[in-house]
Amino acid sequence: MKYIDEYRDPQLAKGLLDEIRRTVTRHWTIMEICGGQTHSIIRNGIDQLLPDAIELVHGPGCPVCVTPLESIERALVIAARKEVIFTSFGDMLRVPGSSKDLFMVRSEGGDVRIVFSPLDALQIARDNPSKEVVFFAVGFETTAPANAMAVYQAAREKIENFSVLVSQVMVPPAMRAILSSSSNRVQGFLAAGHVCAVMGYEEYEPVAREFHVPIVPTGFEPVDLLAGILKTVELLETERAEVVNRYGRVVSREGNLAAQEIITKVFEVTDRQWRGIGRIPASGLGLRKIYVQYDAEKKFNVAHICTEESPLCMSGSVLQGILKPDACAAFARECTPEHPLGATMVSSEGACAAYYNYHRTL
Amino acid sequence: MMMPPLCPTPIMQHETIQMAHGAGGRLSQALMQRVFMPHLHNVFLDVLDDQAKIDLPPGQTAFTTDTYVVSPVFFPGGNIGELAVNGTVNDLAVGGAKPMYLSVGFVLEEGFSLAELQKIVMSMAEAARSAGVMIVTGDTKVVGKGQCDRIFINTSGIGVLREGINLSCRNLQSGDSIILSGTVGDHGMAIMTSREGLSFQSRITSDCAALNGMIAAILDAVPAIHAMRDPTRGGVAATLNELAVSSSVGIEINETTIPVKPDVRGACELLGIDSLHVANEGKLVLAVAAADAGLVLDVMRSFDLGRDAVIIGSVVDEHPGMVVMRTALGTRRIIDLPLGEQLPRIC
Repeated sequence: MKYIDEYRDPQLAKGLLDEIRRTVTRHWTIMEICGGQTHSIIRNGIDQLLPDAIELVHGPGCPVCVTPLESIERALVIAARKEVIFTSFGDMLRVPGSSKDLFMVRSEGGDVRIVFSPLDALQIARDNPSKEVVFFAVGFETTAPANAMAVYQAAREKIENFSVLVSQVMVPPAMRAILSSSSNRVQGFLAAGHVCAVMGYEEYEPVAREFHVPIVPTGFEPVDLLAGILKTVELLETERAEVVNRYGRVVSREGNLAAQEIITKVFEVTDRQWRGIGRIPASGLGLRKIYVQYDAEKKFNVAHICTEESPLCMSGSVLQGILKPDACAAFARECTPEHPLGATMVSSEGACAAYYNYHRTL
Repeated sequence: MMMPPLCPTPIMQHETIQMAHGAGGRLSQALMQRVFMPHLHNVFLDVLDDQAKIDLPPGQTAFTTDTYVVSPVFFPGGNIGELAVNGTVNDLAVGGAKPMYLSVGFVLEEGFSLAELQKIVMSMAEAARSAGVMIVTGDTKVVGKGQCDRIFINTSGIGVLREGINLSCRNLQSGDSIILSGTVGDHGMAIMTSREGLSFQSRITSDCAALNGMIAAILDAVPAIHAMRDPTRGGVAATLNELAVSSSVGIEINETTIPVKPDVRGACELLGIDSLHVANEGKLVLAVAAADAGLVLDVMRSFDLGRDAVIIGSVVDEHPGMVVMRTALGTRRIIDLPLGEQLPRIC
């Protein structure tokens, strides 16, 4: 299959691995930002192939994992309302709130539907004028353009029975938070390729300079990941804190300008709570005032709902690269995909789920 | 001038299922006479007794049941009716039985289209003919609008076990070859990509088919097959895990040998779903001593349903109860049971 097979080619991968082995002279800790990258690394066993000197730690880039508990609680309350059709990406349905998840709300009679795009949710609103259709707008810069477009179109068509529950976050503030932490071990980053496809990589250049870390926009297939790791190691070994793009077939320095424009039109930068990590200033997006009627939090008066995270779950440390999933005392014991303590064990992009699914006892 | 009061006659010609179609009265009879009997009739069913009286050849009897609730009812490559026949035929056949007689129970939602019901019944008749089984008894119930999703079908099946075979999921032995009859994930992805609400188009068609003909030929050639399964819900991953757990052995498979159609692979990549977790409805997984594997492959490949048959791995002493995949890169990873519903990823 074109654009897939050539990036999974075992010979190409072997060549890159040999080059990494020749290049590395000392121990380096590299964080892959995105949960999709984590899964590809663990699924393909790339961590098994790398020399011991290179340690990969797993970043916060899993939208399901970092969506705060209070957003989940608010979603559960809204989804249970009789007049509501609650729409969401599939991943979010299994994320536990403090006592239940969206699947349980559905089994209790809530109309909860999986959609692939917020524009599909908007279509459901057009088709069901007597219902209130709510879309759970979570994710990083990757989901922001389509989520913004749904709100923009709803406003243009004056669709009044549509709203979004926003928990939209951004990568660079999370990187700054990780790098500023006293327990930080990360020396270089594989930036999330599809986030960079939207935002470009210019915004990473100040981070690289300020914290003196190399940042390499990287794709998701084995050959992409190994090429990204090789470039990061080269930059680390030669002490160059630069941003170098290794996902050239998708990512440009300026990114997708049309996508950025719609994000800016609909959203503004705001403080956000990150599940397991806490509040990060100016780390998220919220609806601009002119779109306030599309804000489900206000429409359904749920903004006051706040909850505390279970103290047992260490997902905050996992998401910051401080703790490896299988080093957690609860891993594969109290915490499994069937009974997850935290979102990192739930999402198909969560680091704990990746370790559980592919790595458990091998 | 006043019109004399009209004496209305009951409407007997309907285009959709009415509650009265299940009430045992005239409309029930009309449904039998006009929709079911013309297509399904045979010497057993024509008697219209409450039970079929059948003679079974000597030997052990195999008996199975399954209920079909697929949505959409019509999907690329088939419909709920042929699925209900083929699924039960396959459940008998993978146990080494010759499928013979089926029962069928319909639960119909008030308002379901009679034309669609007719199409479903016709394809059940065709599927039964082609699998060489007879539908010998049946039942129909109608439930109110919204109390079921259009149509549910239960089929039970009776078959006669072949002599001289011993198929069981507990029979896997170290060194056995694991053979898969063809591409994985066709049925599940055909359903998923044709569901309402997915703005997603594909040419993926279900692999829905009866396997009893091919299985009979395999067992004629190699009666010493150790185990057979049709990897339906949960996909090949779930089937292999069941075999590994039941036999307390490890199974190791090779990623590069698993056949996947390009469209199915593309849809799985896009949705973030592992094709090994996706349902099949016309595929066979079997375990056989390595020495016999070549002969089994030859037999399978002589059938259309088995032309892509391939050895995907083997039974090992290590990691009992666990399925491990050797990846294209030469690394190893666990193939686990899927967890509940297959959820497309966010990004």
